[in-house]
Amino acid sequence: MTRFLVRRVLGIVPVLLVIVTLVFFMIRLAPGGPFDSERRVSPEIIKNLEAYYNLDAPLHRQYLAYLAQLARGDLGPSFKSAGWSVNELIGLGFPVSLELGFYALLVALSIGLAAGITAARRPNTLQDYAPMSFAMLGICIPNFVLGPLLVLVFSLWLGWLPVAGWEGIEYKILPAITLGASYAAYIARLSRGGMLEILTQDFVRTARAKGLSETRVVFVHALRGGLQPVVSFLGPAAAGLLSGSFVIETVFQVPGLGRLFVQAAFNRDYTMILGTVLFFATLILLFNLLVDVAQAWLDPRLRNQGV
Amino acid sequence: MPLLDVENLRTYFHTRNGIVRAVDGVSFSVEKGETLGIVGESGSGKSVCVYSLLGLIPSPPGRIESGAAHFDGSDLLRCTPEELRAVRGKRISMIFQDPMTALNPYMTIGDQVTEPLRVHEGCPKMEARTRAIEMLQSVGIVDGAERLRDYPHQFSGGMRQRVMIAMALIGGPELLIADEPTTALDVTVQAQILDLINNLQQSLGMAVILITHDLGVIASTCDRVLVMYAGRFLESATVHDLFQTPRHPYTEALMASRPSAHAKGETLYTIPGLPPDLSTEIAGCPFAERCRHAVDGCRECELTLEDVAPGHQSACLRVQAGEL
Repeated sequence: MTRFLVRRVLGIVPVLLVIVTLVFFMIRLAPGGPFDSERRVSPEIIKNLEAYYNLDAPLHRQYLAYLAQLARGDLGPSFKSAGWSVNELIGLGFPVSLELGFYALLVALSIGLAAGITAARRPNTLQDYAPMSFAMLGICIPNFVLGPLLVLVFSLWLGWLPVAGWEGIEYKILPAITLGASYAAYIARLSRGGMLEILTQDFVRTARAKGLSETRVVFVHALRGGLQPVVSFLGPAAAGLLSGSFVIETVFQVPGLGRLFVQAAFNRDYTMILGTVLFFATLILLFNLLVDVAQAWLDPRLRNQGV
Repeated sequence: MPLLDVENLRTYFHTRNGIVRAVDGVSFSVEKGETLGIVGESGSGKSVCVYSLLGLIPSPPGRIESGAAHFDGSDLLRCTPEELRAVRGKRISMIFQDPMTALNPYMTIGDQVTEPLRVHEGCPKMEARTRAIEMLQSVGIVDGAERLRDYPHQFSGGMRQRVMIAMALIGGPELLIADEPTTALDVTVQAQILDLINNLQQSLGMAVILITHDLGVIASTCDRVLVMYAGRFLESATVHDLFQTPRHPYTEALMASRPSAHAKGETLYTIPGLPPDLSTEIAGCPFAERCRHAVDGCRECELTLEDVAPGHQSACLRVQAGEL
């Protein structure tokens, strides 16, 4: 198990290297640079800036210098937010996104699993169609529609919750629901499919023949296998949820990572873009590793292969 | 009084292509301690027949249309789900065809074997464990204590079927229903498993319903046999009578199709035609279309099992009339 983990963690390094390389050159191919602006700036100032940030060196030197910096765990200074390093900016935004993402994940899992399992227990009846239509809605309504809609109803009309901001727990409810809704819908569909497949298996019939209650059949015998598709989905989903969402952070004025990333792309803030991409990639890779471990824990048959 | 008495059981499946009459009016009984064989080809309704008794028919589309199944004073087909659950796995147990898929791959053998004890008797964990080890020992798994923590995929097919048997018998059932228990196993393992079931039956004094399509299995294990075809019973007899003097043309044809009934190199006998489509109502004898003795009356008669010799019943009109 330890060997498996070490091998997988080491396997992440080359993937990250490929990502860094691709993004490093791609953003420099894009037209415009970090110091282009509407105001006319004298060429001397530009030159000074480029020299300060090592942008006047040949590209391959810039690349190697950046890698050397990375190896020390330093993502470099932000080109646009003077005086801030990328590490500091991510350190500021990530806890907020992490918190919001965690709540959203809770929303997604509790609603999604409840809906999916309920639906799977009586397929093709109202008990199936009702939650699944709801899930379809959740997938179809984009979060930039759902967010303002929720604000309209719960903040402006009913006045129960604040419109926007990031302070007490009441500020976190609407963004968490908005962010979690579409994930809840996917989880509902995946858990329904997984449970339906498992509930037709022979061993479920055996469990019933043993005289177990339906609850025990579903939750003790079927759930582990039925949740496998959800677990596979949770890796990328959790990484996506925790690394912030531009739309939701904008709608609800949440100071998270998502806005940071999009602003960096618009500003051609090279180090900031690279830093956030790397951060996101690492999250995804780590969560996928976590998913593999979780699956081996769920399914004993996977434990001896490759692990 | 028989242990289990089934009367006029009908189980239909309401599918998009019409009503499939999987079991269409069967009656039978099982005495305490006896082994009843139900033999028939695939799709003849053997499994549906016994699954109906325990409420294991997927519904929808399956539905029990009529019948009664008296077991110790209560009707299994009419009791509440709770009452039925108290019988399942405790007083009537089942083992299934494919031990590869019938055990839960996500749970340890120990959890699965002890589960009936914990659910039905509220047996404490340690006691359940001790009894599971004893039970595994009696089905031939000697290192039970170590193997309780293993998962099904760590066992061979024959061993898994032994685990299934241990799980079915741990509650001390009065009736064991074995649905093709050896079909998925090697021939050598088949004999071991059948011996095991027979020995345990004698030591525990339980009755067994053995479902199979293998006449050889019937011959070596059963007391009495029911021959099933297209959802109905065509013949009922003791094993000895059935093999010595089959009294239904279908049974005769089955006997004639056995490879051992032929000299080596000879072309095997096959019954012409196919079993009837169960989604259309069959008038008269379902075997009439394939029967070389069939007369016009066979397609109109009311199908009933009637005594043709002491303890020997046949549904064939012409046998009943003494013409065959």
